[in-house]
Amino acid sequence: MARLSLEGVRKVYRSGVVAVHEVTLEVADGEFVAIVGPSGCGKSTTLALIAGLEQPTSGHIRIDGQPVEDRSPRERDIAMVFQSYALYPHMNVRRNLAFPLEVAGLAREVIAERVRETAALLGLEGLYERRPRELSGGQRQRVALGRALVRRPKVFLFDEPLSNLDAALRTEMRGEIKKLHERLAATFIYVTHDQAEAMTLSDRVVVMHEGKVQQVAPPREVYEAPANRFVAGFFGTPRINLVPPSTLGIERADGLEVGVRPEQVAIGRGGPPESALAAQVYLVEPTGAETWVTVALGQARLTARAPSDFVPRSGEAVWIQVDARHLHWFDAGTGRRVSAPPSP
Amino acid sequence: MRSRGRGLGYAVAVVALLTFFLGPFVWQVLTSLWPDDQLGRALPRSLTVGAYASVLGGRPFVRWIANSLAVAAATTALCLLIGTAAGFALAKLEFRGRRLLLGAALAISMFPPIATVSPLYLALRAVGLRDQLAGLVPPYATFALPMTLWILSSFFRQLPDELYQAARVDGCTPLLAFRKVLLPLAAPGLFTTAILVFIFSWNEFLYALTFLSSPEKRTVPVALSLLAGEHKEPWPEIAAASVVATLPLVALTILFQRRIVSGLTAGAVKG
Repeated sequence: MARLSLEGVRKVYRSGVVAVHEVTLEVADGEFVAIVGPSGCGKSTTLALIAGLEQPTSGHIRIDGQPVEDRSPRERDIAMVFQSYALYPHMNVRRNLAFPLEVAGLAREVIAERVRETAALLGLEGLYERRPRELSGGQRQRVALGRALVRRPKVFLFDEPLSNLDAALRTEMRGEIKKLHERLAATFIYVTHDQAEAMTLSDRVVVMHEGKVQQVAPPREVYEAPANRFVAGFFGTPRINLVPPSTLGIERADGLEVGVRPEQVAIGRGGPPESALAAQVYLVEPTGAETWVTVALGQARLTARAPSDFVPRSGEAVWIQVDARHLHWFDAGTGRRVSAPPSP
Repeated sequence: MRSRGRGLGYAVAVVALLTFFLGPFVWQVLTSLWPDDQLGRALPRSLTVGAYASVLGGRPFVRWIANSLAVAAATTALCLLIGTAAGFALAKLEFRGRRLLLGAALAISMFPPIATVSPLYLALRAVGLRDQLAGLVPPYATFALPMTLWILSSFFRQLPDELYQAARVDGCTPLLAFRKVLLPLAAPGLFTTAILVFIFSWNEFLYALTFLSSPEKRTVPVALSLLAGEHKEPWPEIAAASVVATLPLVALTILFQRRIVSGLTAGAVKG
């Protein structure tokens, strides 16, 4: 049971660096919100502000309506999972799990019971006596999760918890975190630089760039209606194609830039359909499930996602076609999303 | 054949090094066992522990060792108490003038002790600590603290910030996070520092000689230097006394050797 709200939260470091500009955000009880952005965008600082590890320069942070800016981390009833796991190296798994409860001064039987419950939930029962350095990466990750879970806090904070794992394990743990959220129905704030993690896990995505919130929306909306050029470019693999409209043969669109997702670019050989554009294959990247084909269109480059059996040679002549309904329009100056110019 | 040659070279190097480091000590031990009237001979006809008996029996030598132990232990305890708290703050907490403080500490350690003898003497007399063993502790701690601060703050700095933050989020106050998480992890650093401060205090001569006048309050280095008689240098006794004076240090170092080694190399390998 916890709502979280940030209102005009700003963090300026003593060096004068503005890490976070005026972040305003409402997180509902039980919601899973991912804060995503490139490194240095202020997402980790935002999390540290929520945790109470950093003090905001101005603005308000509320948990269940109560201002918490003046509360120390221990008084906020939050738990946090760190990127490096931050397990206590001199304690075994049992003591790592029990530590937050011991600090809280709970009775020994209660602690033992909660540790047992948490260990069972995460499959850590056999590892009680091990020290962190005797655990694999995935096991350390589980202990870190467990140490957050035992507390049953109001809000869970995750700071890039999966980025130290190898790709296969990361996908597996990602699924576990999502199931965990379903089971606990607690409020999760999850910081990541990985757009795929943000998309797959969260109810809502907060996109940050250079200390500013760019967009707050459900994953699909962020993908289908990016608020600006940055958001459009950050989500999607391969990246969205951003080109001057004239490249696609669209006139009367001065001062605008047009974006089209690679899966919305049709590509083919032989007789072109009506309104198709002639292009030359520049780069072919087979990924197994599909082929990414980058074509040269005058000076511009455009990537298309083609079926895996479509494997043209470099330099081959092809046609491409984009549907006007799938174009994203941005102001070339500000980068903001704008509506499509009237068709001629 | 090559590996045997290399093994031989290694053995020679080891012997050379051991001779260099242990030679003087062995010489000392031998001298202490040499009968006084046979010092001129290449080999004595017999060995004797008479010098030890004379040192430990005839003079308050045990008392002097106890004095040294007390002063060195008190200095070490004071330095660790201040040094761990200050080292933690310097490494992990943000406050104005951190660098300035470390720089100032370093500057203090550059004062030549001899230049401070007169003012310190007056200061100690003013507070009634002249000719008191306790009077040695503040000046010793002053000179040992900069080193303590530098070693310990670098030790705490090596510990990841996230460990401290995790402890904070897990409900610790800064002090509790320090005590429960950072301090146990900095243990090798504490042992290393403790040994260094202890050795420094144990060996200090100038202040001990100047500030203490009562014979029964002497520390070991002072007592050793005053062992010589008026007409004759009692070499075997001086040697015996030196051996006895060195033993506590050797014992202490061997006792904590494992800890110290891991302390000196900590941070070399990430883990």
